[in-house]
Amino acid sequence: MRLDGKGQIDRNSPVSFSFDGRRYQGFAGDTLASALLAHDVRLVARSFKYHRPRGVLTAGSEEPNALVTVGQGAAQDPNIRATTLELFDGLEARSQNRWPSLEWDLLALNDLGAPFLGAGFYYKTFMWPRAFWEKLYEPVIRRAAGLGALSGQHNADTYERAHAHCDLLVIGAGPAGLMAAKLAADSGADVILCDEDTRTGGRLNADTQEIDGLPGALWAEEITAELAAMENVRIMTRTTVTGAYDGGTYGALERLPHAVASRKGAPKETFWRIVAGQAVLAAGALERPVAFRNNDRPGIMMASAVRAYVNRWAVSPGRAVTLFGNTDSIHRTAADLIDAGVHVAALIDARPDATCDLDLRFYPGGQVCDSAGRKGLEAISIATPSGIDKIQTDCLAMSGGWNPSVHLTCHMNGRPVWNPEIAAFVPQPGMVPGLTAAGACNGQFSTHQCLTDGLTAATTALQALGRRAAALKSPRAEDTPYAITPLWSVPGKGRAWLDFQNDVTVKDVKQAATENFRSVEHMKRYTTQGMATDQGKSSNTAALAVLADATGRSIPGTGTTTFRPPYVPTAIAAMGAHAQGTGFAPQRFTTSHRASLDAGAPMIEAGLWYRPSVFPAPGETHWRQSCDREVGMVRNAVGVCDVSTLGKIDIQGPDAAKLLDFVYTNRFSSLKPGRCRYGLMLREDGHVMDDGTTARLGEHHYVMTTTTAAAAQVMRHLEFTHQALHPEWDVSLISVTEQWAQFAVAGPKSRDLLNGLLDKPLSNDNFPFMACGPASIKGTKARLFRISFSGEQAYEIAVPARFGDSLFRQLVARAETLDGGAYGMEALNVLRIEKGFLTHAELHGRTTAFDLGMARMISDAKDCIGKTAAQRPGLTDPDREQLVGLKPVGAIKQLTAGAHLFTAGDAPTRENAQGYVTSVAFSPTLGHFMGLAFVQRGPARLGEVITLVDHLRGITTRVEICDPVFFDQDGGRARG
Amino acid sequence: MRIICPHCGARDRREFTYQGDAVALERPAPDAGGAAWDDYLHNRENPAGVTRDLWYHEQGCGAWLVVTRNTVTHAVLTTDLAATVREGLA
Repeated sequence: MRLDGKGQIDRNSPVSFSFDGRRYQGFAGDTLASALLAHDVRLVARSFKYHRPRGVLTAGSEEPNALVTVGQGAAQDPNIRATTLELFDGLEARSQNRWPSLEWDLLALNDLGAPFLGAGFYYKTFMWPRAFWEKLYEPVIRRAAGLGALSGQHNADTYERAHAHCDLLVIGAGPAGLMAAKLAADSGADVILCDEDTRTGGRLNADTQEIDGLPGALWAEEITAELAAMENVRIMTRTTVTGAYDGGTYGALERLPHAVASRKGAPKETFWRIVAGQAVLAAGALERPVAFRNNDRPGIMMASAVRAYVNRWAVSPGRAVTLFGNTDSIHRTAADLIDAGVHVAALIDARPDATCDLDLRFYPGGQVCDSAGRKGLEAISIATPSGIDKIQTDCLAMSGGWNPSVHLTCHMNGRPVWNPEIAAFVPQPGMVPGLTAAGACNGQFSTHQCLTDGLTAATTALQALGRRAAALKSPRAEDTPYAITPLWSVPGKGRAWLDFQNDVTVKDVKQAATENFRSVEHMKRYTTQGMATDQGKSSNTAALAVLADATGRSIPGTGTTTFRPPYVPTAIAAMGAHAQGTGFAPQRFTTSHRASLDAGAPMIEAGLWYRPSVFPAPGETHWRQSCDREVGMVRNAVGVCDVSTLGKIDIQGPDAAKLLDFVYTNRFSSLKPGRCRYGLMLREDGHVMDDGTTARLGEHHYVMTTTTAAAAQVMRHLEFTHQALHPEWDVSLISVTEQWAQFAVAGPKSRDLLNGLLDKPLSNDNFPFMACGPASIKGTKARLFRISFSGEQAYEIAVPARFGDSLFRQLVARAETLDGGAYGMEALNVLRIEKGFLTHAELHGRTTAFDLGMARMISDAKDCIGKTAAQRPGLTDPDREQLVGLKPVGAIKQLTAGAHLFTAGDAPTRENAQGYVTSVAFSPTLGHFMGLAFVQRGPARLGEVITLVDHLRGITTRVEICDPVFFDQDGGRARG
Repeated sequence: MRIICPHCGARDRREFTYQGDAVALERPAPDAGGAAWDDYLHNRENPAGVTRDLWYHEQGCGAWLVVTRNTVTHAVLTTDLAATVREGLA
């Protein structure tokens, strides 16, 4: 029920929402949980395994019970915690894991079967018959047990990712975090202050303590306003720091308020990577439940949550509230309830020496041992020295003490230490370099301790940053000592819940211990304790205390499980924002991209590049028709192809020739300026890395071309060779791949085409095969190379990239007047296979110069990268698979790449394999298929007919081994 | 993970390309023999602790770096230009 007068809700801003189809009204400032409790809606969920009725347990992100589904269709978002879901107008929330309805859930039958569904039940019950597991048992179990469901549709929501940098990251904006941020900001440091709540203040918003004579929440507001006014401070609310990583890097998830996120194009969540010089963790502490029989009924809540609902949201979760626990938290809660005019039926303090100065029914040394009520709490049973008392109550506020939120301090494999005085784990200093814990997460529980600890942590951080701390005094605040007598579970029969979200009880943990799953990690996996979406935030410590007890060990001797990021459930979509669809990888477009699309060319991906596959002519319906025509065009007239994607590396300096001689197997120092040469490059282990032509433009100036695929690798390799092996060489390298647009003009009419365009005409004498040099087109400077990847008389012309589109269109238009035109990747591939030229299908990283028939290209007269290793006997073994050509001679005329080769008559098994096919194409020039392949002792077996078997496509045929150069073997056409 | 590039300052590891052990700087002479070449090319320690390896600041200045780091704590201890280290060896 809603209380009068109190709270941080705006009663002038009513908000209408629905839950399971019923309409309700709340106020701006409400969460879904507070608004439902205001309407006395206690049953909000069904539990994971037993489908037990469940209500709101907490008031924060650790909530295990109150998970709902929000939105419809593709925007459906399951497992949203009602305790952190800000109410907005039109919010539609639904309960989960129930059928047909939350009130009448047929699967609650599971609860009756509980004796059979304990820890590890599925390992034992569904052993036989084996085939039934996948087909029957697992689907049935999955349907019965679970949380919310995904829509199965593409997620259309927008997410964002961003980077931020600061001197000091303060995680948590409660009293400790606010003090740390204020001191660091006053000292001139750049500060980012994150808090997962919608406002700063932390527990100060939920409690009634005063700081410097002001209500805590008001004090927090004032100091926040001061921070917000400073230029060196960035306050990020609704932002959960989810993980601590190497080098002061932190992950953080920011949820945008609905009013912002619902704007067109605005993100729903942003995943931040924050790099901080130092960090202060002021994450607070989480109150932990007590395990007793039927402690999971709606209406049984954490005492701290009850205070939060009363003080912050002006909601009383009950009309006759009882309290049970072992710390002063329950006394404080009782006092706040009485102040708010709520009836408190009883206070049960498990500490035998407890006293109470409130006017209420008080049970010192008592323990709640059972609860009753069908779909919500109606009564509790109290074990007292004189017997069992039963009390009517609709809300029980419990407290088993507080667990410091040490999670982030453990993300780099650190383990917290046990502090027996507060019966909790606390961080050790230095578990994450540069991170200092402060306040409640550091085991400092009074407000005064939090404030001073925040100052201490900030001082430490400032010192590490090399800054002098400004003068800042800690304000006055309560400093009540923390007194706790550990109480993990109340003895007795029945099921007492530890992990509410995964339905793990004290009995399950004890059973795990009995069955020898004594390690805490084994117990966790056997019982599923702490493996739900809340990661056992409120239950892990109690579970291992029960395990310690059952195995006769101490709690620190039992140890904790591993803490891993993220601290709260984080959508993969947020971490991978912009990485879906075309955002998955960068797209690189050539300058002819637009012209190719205009010509109707289908584009294919070549690495990150997009290249035209064919340029279909009117009437062509199959790519082969276009490809065959384009090949014929190049062989008989002239074709134009964009080759800008090949890597281009500009190499300059007096030692440029030395570098090239060292990275290539053959010599480039002997190359004359104005000439090009084909070069072969090895890895240091003797295998081929790449090939390409390099042109000498001047005495100290070369331009190297690499294959498209290896452009980045070769650049890296050249830089390595220079910087790491020969830094003394005076040479500079830069990639100019994107600076030059380069086009191949190939075919018998290529010179005619260019002569219509170039300012100075070409002849075979003034520009012979393998010449290179400057050229100009209507005054625009260009570079011309007489090189050929097609075997025809061919040129490559390069212009600054800004002229690429214009030049490509001109070249194609002129080619068309000469019965030629543009050609794409398919024709390029056919042309090069006809000539036996190589690509990375052949240079696949396991082939050597020897395998490729290029052993003689490794110069005897000089050292080069890979030379020594290439001479190892295993790499020059005549039995190695070596490059050959293949022609079909069997009934099946088609060859397939990837097929394996066998000596005729041998069984097509792996041990008989003689080699494999790397490239195939139909040659319109020759009128049949051709292939390039690697075959053992291949060059010695020319003319032999062997068997090609493609196990994947189910093809077997006969092929003849032939020379890999199928067309114009003396190369006369290129020189012509 | 962050690497301090001597040219560019502290940068996210996504800007760098990893290469392998810094032994790659110590290329043997062509006639050093099979064992020396095997050690250079293939034989590697896999230390739990301090290691020296090569990183290339590919998305930055293009410098090859020798990074000394601890594989257990992930601490980056020192970063040097490969060129400087190589000159020291020569």
